[in-house]
Amino acid sequence: MALYSDKVMDHFRNPRNVGKMEDADGIGEVGNAKCGDIMRMYIKVEDDIITDVKFITFGCGSAIASSSMATEMIKGMPISEALELSNKAVTEALDGLPAHKLHCSVLAEEAVRAAVKDYYDKNGIAYDPALFADCDCAHEHDHESED
Amino acid sequence: MYVYADNAATTRTSETAINAMLPFFRETYGNASSLHTPGQRAMEALVAAREKVAAILNADPKEIYFTSGGSEADNQAIVSAARNGARRNKRHIISTAFEHHAVLHTLDKLKKEGYEIELLDVHENGVVTAEQVAAAIREDTALVTIMFANNEIGTLQPIAEIGAVCRERGVPFHCDAVQAVGHVPVDVKALNVDMLSLSAHKFHGPKGVGALYVRKGIPVVNIIEGGQQERGKRGGTENTPGIVGMAAAMEEAVGNLDKSIPYVTALRERLIEGLSQIPHSRLNGDRDRRVPGTVNFCFEGIEGESLLLLLDEKGVAASSGSACTSGSLDPSHVLLAIGLPHDVAHGSLRLSIDDENTPEEVEHILSVVPGIVEYLRDMSPIWDELQKGEKPYLL
Repeated sequence: MALYSDKVMDHFRNPRNVGKMEDADGIGEVGNAKCGDIMRMYIKVEDDIITDVKFITFGCGSAIASSSMATEMIKGMPISEALELSNKAVTEALDGLPAHKLHCSVLAEEAVRAAVKDYYDKNGIAYDPALFADCDCAHEHDHESED
Repeated sequence: MYVYADNAATTRTSETAINAMLPFFRETYGNASSLHTPGQRAMEALVAAREKVAAILNADPKEIYFTSGGSEADNQAIVSAARNGARRNKRHIISTAFEHHAVLHTLDKLKKEGYEIELLDVHENGVVTAEQVAAAIREDTALVTIMFANNEIGTLQPIAEIGAVCRERGVPFHCDAVQAVGHVPVDVKALNVDMLSLSAHKFHGPKGVGALYVRKGIPVVNIIEGGQQERGKRGGTENTPGIVGMAAAMEEAVGNLDKSIPYVTALRERLIEGLSQIPHSRLNGDRDRRVPGTVNFCFEGIEGESLLLLLDEKGVAASSGSACTSGSLDPSHVLLAIGLPHDVAHGSLRLSIDDENTPEEVEHILSVVPGIVEYLRDMSPIWDELQKGEKPYLL
């Protein structure tokens, strides 16, 4: 059995929505170089709908595929729905990830939330801070035994 | 074109090895411990293989123990020396920070039993010195264990000098020569080693077989209890085909060194020259003190696993020390040991070539790596920050 599903390999080989966005309404960056993956997500918002999304990612095959899949999933979504995107949904859409790569899908979920939070902050839109309570955007993600 | 450039992981079994092995599956398949003729034929083949391996290493056949590979040989050497030391109240073991896990994890186990493990620094160039070893040796040092050639970056250690220091101070010296045998000359007497591990599949022999050299007079402790095989030091019916194949492959590889060393070295030099053209990259490990075929580079701003997957698509089999390829979350301990920061170590690429590779294959590698590095950098937030001057380049 190969390490990755065909879906993962497809999104890794042909990542959707890859690139930078000059006029983004919100930008979220999560992960850190020490752990080997960083995702940056750009969103364009009109009337509360995510009309466009781009990403750039430093990371392994599953990190790139997770970013790609997440962007595809939230494009055209109302913000409220995008905020509900779970890592589980990203993983399922990719037909699964190896256990030690699940954190890549967590990063994708967090990148979306970080981009939305940035959009809210930039536009002075009030929100319930609890919405992002579990999203520490300069976080050390859930790696055990970091030295 | 598909180029296999991962020979430090394993090699293609040579035809010589396969032809040597074949009769021992369906013709001379007897158990070497049996008294009947088929068994005795197998025993004769083992004797001949042992003589061959011993002669190549400049050892006595009684000093060769066949094992299941390099890891078992490392385990047995280290545990034996540790037990021998403990009998004289010596529980201090010297090694280096970038040994293979077969060594490091065995040392971890001994540490839990109360041994004191001292791992020497291997510096930025990936080379430990005999002076460091001399300074570290104490009255209670039970063993010095240092690898001949590092498996990830290919740097060669001054084994003969270290061996001379150990011999003078009366400390047993084990050398994990898994990446060296068949690639550079290895003579146990010239190197002053007391124990030495090797593995067949690193020099075009079969997988699952290796050997441990133990100098006469050094007691060996069993890792595998069982019958009287290997003079009672390693239970289990001998892997006759594997052992015969190993001896044949070793004879061929070592006999060919005069030709293969300059040939592979020239290919490696071309690889280094070509990869050095990629901006913000670096060669890991000493420029010159390295096995002929191993090249390890870091490319800033990218991650190794993605690089490997794309290289595979473009017809190059390689490996990386990135966390994502190690199955853990930290990059390779070897790259950290030579002082690379985590972010740079994640972007490593190991290409290990040997005498089966051609100049055309090397050009193919050089034709695909730069484009892949550029593609991955274009989608890397780290590269973006470096390009914008928000962060200083480390390479």
